[in-house]
Amino acid sequence: MTAPFFESGLLGERGALIVALAIGIAFGWFLERSGMGSARKLAGQFYLRDLTVFKVMFTAIVTAMLGVFWLEWIGFLDLSRVYVPETWILPQLAGGIVFGLGFAMAGLCPGTSCVSAATGRIDGLAVVVGMFAGVLGTGLLFRSLQSFYDSTPRGAFTLSDLFSVSEGVVVFVVVAIAIGGFKVAEVLERRSEARIPQ
Amino acid sequence: MSAKPYSNPYLAGFGLGLVLLTTFVVMGRGLGASGAFASAAAATASAASSNAQANDYFARYLTASGSPRIDWLVVELIGVTLGGFISALVAGRLRMTIEKGPRITDRSRLTLGLIGGSVMGLGAVLARGCTSGQALTGGALLSVGSWLFIIAAFGAAYAAAPLLKRAWT
Repeated sequence: MTAPFFESGLLGERGALIVALAIGIAFGWFLERSGMGSARKLAGQFYLRDLTVFKVMFTAIVTAMLGVFWLEWIGFLDLSRVYVPETWILPQLAGGIVFGLGFAMAGLCPGTSCVSAATGRIDGLAVVVGMFAGVLGTGLLFRSLQSFYDSTPRGAFTLSDLFSVSEGVVVFVVVAIAIGGFKVAEVLERRSEARIPQ
Repeated sequence: MSAKPYSNPYLAGFGLGLVLLTTFVVMGRGLGASGAFASAAAATASAASSNAQANDYFARYLTASGSPRIDWLVVELIGVTLGGFISALVAGRLRMTIEKGPRITDRSRLTLGLIGGSVMGLGAVLARGCTSGQALTGGALLSVGSWLFIIAAFGAAYAAAPLLKRAWT
């Protein structure tokens, strides 16, 4: 087991920041390549015109998930030293709903708003400013939200814990759902093109 | 120079997945975006007030003495901005514009962006992350809370979309 390298001490604090910049550049590059800096393209998913977001996101999730699964299986990656985002049921459910409403209005999410702004889109810049104001405002009101924020904690809680099945079974099901979803997405896009000639 | 078309979404998604996997392997953590906004908000609060670290939310993003620190996600998000710029530059896609549906004014679009961004900010604080830190990262690591976030966020966005039809179509 050698990975994760930073957790194994193979990388210092300064090295970690250089990696952060390199990883960020690659992340932004692929977001822009796929058109995720365009609010019109992103909003197109909500009207079933353009399902690029779904395709990019689920291909990325499946790729990373399979990579983690196999690298762990061959003994290269120690998954117990990878930080799994912890679960807080109610705040994440409510936060997700609120986030989704904002997402539909903004047409961009926090990461893609930065790409949008960087490529010259003023609406992207407006979303960046709004996002900053929203986080600052919520932070200032944090005292009144804290008891809800800390409610229903479940710690590091994975789908295989939830359904009491092995990680391999969950991975298989997620891949199957993704492949089915891709087929549906292609059909929906073709239908939408037939309806609105472009 | 005319703009090149966007790349195949599955190919770009595969590239993005490899970036995420590399982050797990090298850093033992995933990607993020809203955390960088939280660091910036905490730094602003600490510049404006001498007791920003008394705020339990901002304190997480400050040093023990209440000053801003160089956070991994801030550097990563600066990278995202640079990477997006470079990609658009080489593809001839840099253009000053306001993207919106054909039926609304520029002013309405920018207002909607500001409000939508602020609402997302509230949601991302409550959910402890956004499409990057929860959906991509937690999704790939099979976290229950992250999948709950994905379902809630996209469910709400699809439910709200008919009300916003004028803005986008």
